[in-house]
Amino acid sequence: MSASAEATVLITHAVGLHARPSVKFTKLAKTFAAEVEVAVAANGPWFDAKSIVKVMAAKAPKGTLLHIRAKGDGASKAVEALVGLVQRDFDEGADHARSA
Amino acid sequence: MRIDGIPASPGYAEGPLFDLDWPPAAYQDKANTTEERAALETAIGKAVSRLAALVDTADGDAAGILEFHIAMLEDDALSGPAFASIGSGQPADVAWRAALDGEIAGYDASDQDYFRARAADLRDIRDQVLRALSEDGEAAVPPGAILYGEDIAPTRFLETDWSKGGGIALKSGSTASHVAMLARSRGVPMVVGLGAAAAPLTGAALLDAEHGAIIVSPSPAEVETFRVSASSFADRQGAARTFLTEPAVTKAGTAVRVQVNIAYPSDVDGIDIATCDGVGLMRTEFLFGKTLPDEETQYQAYRKVLEWAGNKPVTIRTVDAGGDKPVPGLTVEETNPFLGLRGIRLSLARRDIFRVQIRALLRAAIHGNLKVMFPMIATPDEYSQAAALFAEEQAALAAQGVAHRLPPLGIMVEVPSVALAPEAFADVAFFSIGSNDLTQYVMAAARDNAAVAHLNSVHHPAVLRLIAAVAAFGRDTGIPVSLCGDAGGDPAAIPALLEAGLRDLSVAPAQLAMAKAAIAEAGV
Repeated sequence: MSASAEATVLITHAVGLHARPSVKFTKLAKTFAAEVEVAVAANGPWFDAKSIVKVMAAKAPKGTLLHIRAKGDGASKAVEALVGLVQRDFDEGADHARSA
Repeated sequence: MRIDGIPASPGYAEGPLFDLDWPPAAYQDKANTTEERAALETAIGKAVSRLAALVDTADGDAAGILEFHIAMLEDDALSGPAFASIGSGQPADVAWRAALDGEIAGYDASDQDYFRARAADLRDIRDQVLRALSEDGEAAVPPGAILYGEDIAPTRFLETDWSKGGGIALKSGSTASHVAMLARSRGVPMVVGLGAAAAPLTGAALLDAEHGAIIVSPSPAEVETFRVSASSFADRQGAARTFLTEPAVTKAGTAVRVQVNIAYPSDVDGIDIATCDGVGLMRTEFLFGKTLPDEETQYQAYRKVLEWAGNKPVTIRTVDAGGDKPVPGLTVEETNPFLGLRGIRLSLARRDIFRVQIRALLRAAIHGNLKVMFPMIATPDEYSQAAALFAEEQAALAAQGVAHRLPPLGIMVEVPSVALAPEAFADVAFFSIGSNDLTQYVMAAARDNAAVAHLNSVHHPAVLRLIAAVAAFGRDTGIPVSLCGDAGGDPAAIPALLEAGLRDLSVAPAQLAMAKAAIAEAGV
C-alpha cells in the first residue's frame, strides 16, 4: 500500500523551524513509519523530516509556508500531526518564543 | 588597558582572566579504520551522555539547548560524512572536524542573525566530540574567573560554577547567542565584540558588562571607580529586581497593566518581554528622518517589534509629525505648529504618504498582536476617514493576494474635545491618553516653553478630571483605556492616575521597574 499525503502550514513561531522547535518536529516525525519530508517551496528541495540536521538546513524562518509530504503507512496521520504541531507554535508559550 | 566591546548581559565582574582558547591535547591516531570508526562512535556517545546528565540539572532554556545538541549528535546525517571520510583512510578527529566545519560554514554564511548564532552551537557540538576523542583533562576554571576567548560553548557555560562570580569576555561572539541568553537569565556579566587584542591578555581584569568593556592590569584608581560603578549597579538591580519581573499590583491588590513606550525598533533589544505587558506606544517618527520611508522599510521595522513581543500587544501610532516634530517633505511651516497641521490632520492631508504607512502596517499585522492608533484626533470624522483608508488599502492588498490583517484601530486622547465628549467615539477599538499633549492643551501651556513649565502639570484637577472621565467612559462601554504620556512612568503621578481609574500605563523602558515599585505602594 502506498498511501501519500501533503499539506502546507504557516510557521508562526518567532524563530521559525530551528533549534528547539525542530527537535520537537523531528521527534514527532520519527514516531511515524511513513517517509516524511519538508520543503520551503512547493517544488523542493525536499528534506528528510526525521533528520534534525536536514530540517535545520531547510532554514525556515517565521512566516515561511512549510510544505510537508509523507509516503507510506500512516502518511496522512503523520502530515496531520506535524501540521498541528506547527500550528500550535510547537507547544511553546510566548515567553519561550523569543529566546528559543 | 581598557578594551571596549558590546554588553551582552549587564553586570560587573572582577577576577583573573581564564584563556578559553588554550589548545586541547592532541588526538592519538588509531591502528586501523575499524578502530577509528569505533573511537568516533564512542566519543559521540560520551558527548551525548554528558549532555544528558546536564539536562537533568538544567532549567527550561538551558535544557532546550542541550536537547538540541543531543538531537544533532544523534542524527546520522551529521556524523555520516565523518564516517565516510574515516572509511577512506582519515583519522577520526580530522574526519569529524572536517564534517562539522562544513556544516558550520553553512550557518556562518547565513544572512539571518538567528542562523549565524547557531554556528556557535555547531562549534560546541564539534568540540565536545573532539574533547571526548582526545580525553584531555582540561584546565579547571578558577572560581570567579573572567572567561576570555574567541567564543564560548554553551556546555562550557553550563559546566562553569558561577556561584563565586566571574564573567565572560569574548573577542567575537553575539548578543543573540544561546550563551548570551543564558548569561542574561543567570545574571552572569558578559561582553562580546572586544576584537583581537594587540598582545595576549593575562592577569587580573575588571569586566564592565553594563557599558561593555574590559580593563586589564587596572590601576588603583580604575579599580576604585569600577567598584563604585559595580556597587551602584548592584543597588539599582536590587531595587528594580523586586518589582521588574513581577506583575504590577497595588498594595490593595489591584492589578495594573504596565507596557513600554518605544521610539526605535532597536529599543526592544534591551528589554525582556516578560517584564512588561506589551508595547503601549511605538512611535513611528523615527522612520521619517531626512527622507520619507518606503513601505518595505516600515514593514520590517514594525515586524521586528511585533515578533519580539510574541502574543503581547504592540500599539503602533501612525506618524505624529508636526508640532515639535517637523519632517522635511511632510510638515509645513506654521506660526503656531502645536495648533496646526499635525498628527492625523497632516496624514489625512498627505494621503499618498499615509497610504504607504497603512499598507506597511496591514502587512506587518500578521506577525503579531498589532493595534494601531491615530494621534491628534479631534472629531469622529477624522477617525472615520482614517479607518476608511485602512479599509481601502486592505481591499487592495486582498485583491493582490498579499498577506495582511486589519488590526484594531484606536485613537489618542490628547485633544480636549475628545476627553470632554468621548461618547462621540463609541466605535473606536481603544483609547490611549497622551497626557503630555492633553495637559498642554488643557492648560494652554506649550510643553517646549520653560517659561510656562509650572503650568504644565498633569496634577491639575482639570487634567485629572478629564482623565477620570475618559477612564469612566471606557469602563461603561467596555472600550479599553490606557495612558502613554510621561506621567505614566512618573512615580509622583502614578497614585493620582490610578485614583482617576486608570489600570493600564505605558512607560519608558528605563522607568519600568520604578513604575511597578510606585504601583506597589499605591493604596487604590
